[in-house]
Amino acid sequence: MEPQAIRDRLSEEFGEAIPALDESGKDPCIPIEPSRIPEVCRFVRDTEGLEFDYLSSLTAVDTGDALGVVYHLYSIRHKHTLVLKVSVPREKPEVPTVEGVWPAANWMEREAWDLMGIIFEGHPDLRRLLLPEDWEGHPLRKDFKEKPDYKGIETTRPDMLQQFGQLDKLEAKEAEGKEAAEQSDD
Amino acid sequence: MLPQHIELSEGTVVTTKLDDLINWSRKSSIWYLLFGTACCAIELMQTGGPRADLDRFGTVFRSTPRQSDVIIIAGTVTYKMAQRIRLLYDQMSEPKYVISMGSCANCGGLFQRSYSVLKGIDKVVPVDIYIPGCPPRPEALTEGILRLADKMKTEPWMKKIKQREDQTQTPKAG
Repeated sequence: MEPQAIRDRLSEEFGEAIPALDESGKDPCIPIEPSRIPEVCRFVRDTEGLEFDYLSSLTAVDTGDALGVVYHLYSIRHKHTLVLKVSVPREKPEVPTVEGVWPAANWMEREAWDLMGIIFEGHPDLRRLLLPEDWEGHPLRKDFKEKPDYKGIETTRPDMLQQFGQLDKLEAKEAEGKEAAEQSDD
Repeated sequence: MLPQHIELSEGTVVTTKLDDLINWSRKSSIWYLLFGTACCAIELMQTGGPRADLDRFGTVFRSTPRQSDVIIIAGTVTYKMAQRIRLLYDQMSEPKYVISMGSCANCGGLFQRSYSVLKGIDKVVPVDIYIPGCPPRPEALTEGILRLADKMKTEPWMKKIKQREDQTQTPKAG
């Protein structure tokens, strides 16, 4: 099925909740309201002719003024794809979980929470996946600031070029000192 | 040092300093911890393999820190891993050494600007030998091991233990 046909099929079911296909990007996508995402997902999984049985990727984006979640779906039977997008405000980045639809979403949502701080409501086990459990902040957000230390370990190292520059200065100073000593000998 | 050109036949007596004898045996069996964190570990395995053949220097791997003389930090270290490395290092018995292998272990390397990568293993454990390269070739690692042997040869080892005991305030993770 072509993306436009899939969109029309969704529109039949959900009516006004499905906007026009967004074809600005490389893959045509359908923007969806955050609250509608679980039912839409369940519908595209179970409806004959669509049968998106494979969640190939669930990821999060930071566009600067809002956060978003992107779902890449694939149907192994029909060999067609679908991209769903959700946009949420920075202050309240809450999206209902699709873990009940595709169990594969479990770890993907944990990763999105870990690195981007999207809160997936109803997720059975929303813990950090990659970073240490006591990590503060979500590092892939654009406003993330690295702390000067992590548990007493410094997180910065002096710039090599600067250090080389200092070496040059030191050498120049030594040379000057030598010249001065030679001159005083004369 | 033991003179190497002497022909040892039955009844030959060699006199030497105890320190020299101990150091000679120490540097002839440098056992390293079987431990790698990233792609440098592949090169470390190559070095242990038949072509570079670390075994000819008496250098073999041990799979527990308690039997190891040296830990080779081979690869990128994240903050999460840094704490585990400190734990492994603390479990090794004195005298112990650290070889920092490759750019990532030396200073963070390619990933220096990353939020999760440790900017040099010397922020967590004291380093004896730095090996540059990304990754260093087996020859470079062999050279590093030999330099470590040179270092072992010249140091009074009782003194070294005492030194390390005084240095209990080494940088700590966690």
